Amino acid sequence: MSLELRDIHKHFGPVRANDGINLTVEAGTMHGLLGENGAGKSTLMKVLSGFHAPDSGEIILDGKHIRASSPQDAIGHGIGMLHQDPLVFLPFSVIDNFLLQSPGGLRLDRRSARREFEEVCERFQFSLDPSASTRSLTVGERQQLEIARLLWLGARVLILDEPTTGISAPQRVKLFATLRALAEEGMSVIFVSHKLEEVEELCQRVTVMRQGKVVGHAEMPTPASQLVEMMFGAPVEVEAAQPIELGDPLLRVKDLSVEERLLSIEALSLDVRGGEVIGLAGLGGSGQNTFMRAVAGLVSPAGGEITLDGKQIAGLPYRDLLDVGIQYLPAGRLEEGLVQGLSITEHFVLSDPDTPFFVDWDAAAEHAARAVTANFIKGRADSNAEELSGGNMQRLLLAMLRPGLRLLMMEHPTRGLDIESANWVWSQLLSRREDGTAIIFASVDLDELLRYSNRILVFFSGRVISEVNASDTDVEELGFLIGGKVREQQ
Amino acid sequence: MSWMRPLGRVLIPIVGAMAFAILLLLLAGANPFEALGLLVEGSVGSAANLSDTLTAWVTMVLAAAGLVVTFRAGLWNIGVEGQVIAGSIAAAFAARTIEGPVAVMIILTMLAGLIGGGLWGLLAGTLRVYGKVNEIFGGLGLTFVATSLTTYLIIGPWKKAGVASTGGTDPFPRDSWLPTIGTLRVSIVAVIVAALAVVAVYFMMRGTRFGLRLKAVGQNLRSAVLFGIPNKRYLLLAFIIGGALAGLAGTIRVTGFHHKLVPTPSGAHGYLGILIVLLAGFQAKWIAPIAFFFAAIAVGASQLPLQMEVDSSLGGILRGVLVLFVLLFGGWQARRAGARLVADAAPPVVPATPGGEG
Repeated sequence: MSLELRDIHKHFGPVRANDGINLTVEAGTMHGLLGENGAGKSTLMKVLSGFHAPDSGEIILDGKHIRASSPQDAIGHGIGMLHQDPLVFLPFSVIDNFLLQSPGGLRLDRRSARREFEEVCERFQFSLDPSASTRSLTVGERQQLEIARLLWLGARVLILDEPTTGISAPQRVKLFATLRALAEEGMSVIFVSHKLEEVEELCQRVTVMRQGKVVGHAEMPTPASQLVEMMFGAPVEVEAAQPIELGDPLLRVKDLSVEERLLSIEALSLDVRGGEVIGLAGLGGSGQNTFMRAVAGLVSPAGGEITLDGKQIAGLPYRDLLDVGIQYLPAGRLEEGLVQGLSITEHFVLSDPDTPFFVDWDAAAEHAARAVTANFIKGRADSNAEELSGGNMQRLLLAMLRPGLRLLMMEHPTRGLDIESANWVWSQLLSRREDGTAIIFASVDLDELLRYSNRILVFFSGRVISEVNASDTDVEELGFLIGGKVREQQ
Repeated sequence: MSWMRPLGRVLIPIVGAMAFAILLLLLAGANPFEALGLLVEGSVGSAANLSDTLTAWVTMVLAAAGLVVTFRAGLWNIGVEGQVIAGSIAAAFAARTIEGPVAVMIILTMLAGLIGGGLWGLLAGTLRVYGKVNEIFGGLGLTFVATSLTTYLIIGPWKKAGVASTGGTDPFPRDSWLPTIGTLRVSIVAVIVAALAVVAVYFMMRGTRFGLRLKAVGQNLRSAVLFGIPNKRYLLLAFIIGGALAGLAGTIRVTGFHHKLVPTPSGAHGYLGILIVLLAGFQAKWIAPIAFFFAAIAVGASQLPLQMEVDSSLGGILRGVLVLFVLLFGGWQARRAGARLVADAAPPVVPATPGGEG
């Protein structure tokens, strides 16, 4: 099924998210859509899949003009979108999620749906239990469920928005195999990403967007440097982490155990020295975040010792740990890090421990405006947090970090960020090491783990199954540690 | 103008609600303009009427000011009605048991009301924060408890000398009554207290770290934790402040209006406070005028059955319809916002930001 977008315009307030986009996707191809954060890729795909109505422009599918004013319309025309976070209802069973959008009357025919679901799963070798609870599925399995559902509903154009975020290496291999099989059957696949390697691996043709406009098309293979130049205008130098002299022992975790509903951590020990960077690897939800939250006092440990500079800190609430120099940045930037409805100025006031009872708003606004400039935040001091793009939210969060931190913990420091923002984030983080700040971060990006960590801990089911020096390992070995061990366990 | 949009947000629904009221009156066969004239006459037409309106205004303002605090903290403090009643009970207790000169009694009854309402709020807060009971249900339950407690006191321990009556307790000693001037019913003390409360809430929410942190807690509890805000303490404080102001309203209902404890001392002014803050968009600065409008309708409508064959429930219908119109208008505005922002976009509204293109 061939697809053509003609002169698509979409505004959000003063922001021209899509400014005259033209794009053609041939039947049976995999088409990459590249661009940095805020380039307008997601907006364009949401227009195509009926989530947003375009201000103007045409969508032509197999020579016919179509109008999709809702996702239901779009799937009726054969356009299905797999969102970055799969749109599944967690309390539902797999089969109920599968049936959610099914056409037809009041009666749900679970039995025949189940048969058809199993057929789709068999075709792509998905091993999903129809009666399992969706909550028990990994992100990768939720994606498989979504793909199965969209195909069953008759999708002939499949859009995937950053599909490899948060899924494991083996799941990624399977996803890519599925996509190749679909393209061979004549489906059009649109692959939205800012990960060059993935686009290089999968796509026959690539369209690059920048600031709401298409800046170019490329037939693959095209050298990565050329694609990067299209995305950013100029080649971006990847900064290598400079080795740094490690300081004194700073954090000592001994036999830490945490019990949560779905996961328990047992007898975890770790020593961290000043200026050291510890990467936490593993499948999502293997205990990396629980571990950091326990150290940060956000979940209470069931046992064990945590000391910072020799002082016992286990069991103290986060707000007390903030005062001794521990800070934690979550992955959900708007969900847990920032406050919707509050301006950048208000955020700086909130984050400043020395704010007096009566706030001097003029001074605060000035301070915020300076910080916005100094941290290259695309926004104004009076912009609300939710108006910022993901990369700018992360810049704001970093700008609000307290000075003189002892230990900084971060979930997915660069998730969803373009290369330029990601490099900026790491230059900020690494510069903190010079003050003796230790950094612990969780990531699923193996390159990031290898490039910036001193040591990497590999988590599996709440246990650290391996600890490696970043300089002694590589992507293959780390991938094996995360993926290979998992296969053994299954 | 920055003030025009919020003003329109209030005025347009008022006009809509008025139009609806006119329609109702026509259906009832009454002359709508005569009725509206009576409404105005009955609420602000004379010094006595205006004084009655202000009396109602005071308690509505106090309840609404407290609700700004709880709503801003993200709490649906539906239990405000019970907090008003708890304040009435506490003030009645003080008025009945303590003797002293007027000035002392004003302070003591108000203090009692603040404590009574604050405690009732704290109860709802404790249920919410530690018992995981949604504040809507906890508040409703506690309101029933407060109402039953009032009835029990009136027909039980505090019953009228001689025979128990659901009409209320014996009147309080004169020294516990809020002082008034001449024959007017409004007390200047009450008006000043209400005005001070609104101004205090306005500055607290706008100018203090406490207010900002409270807003952060209300908008996003999880983020607030990572900002180091002791969120439980803030939620409880919001309940206490909201409840205390409602309790103050309860005090003034019994010491400035009924002069005794009656079965429903609140006169539903707590519930009306909820409608007022909804109309005010949870902003303290709009409370005073909106509460005045509500009070005027309430007082003015009581004149209708006397002069015309129209039931005074018209006032209640008018208020209810007004709130529905406001909510409807808010929804409509939100739908339209997208379109309007696009129109605004033609000349760049946002100047070039420091980081480059926005």
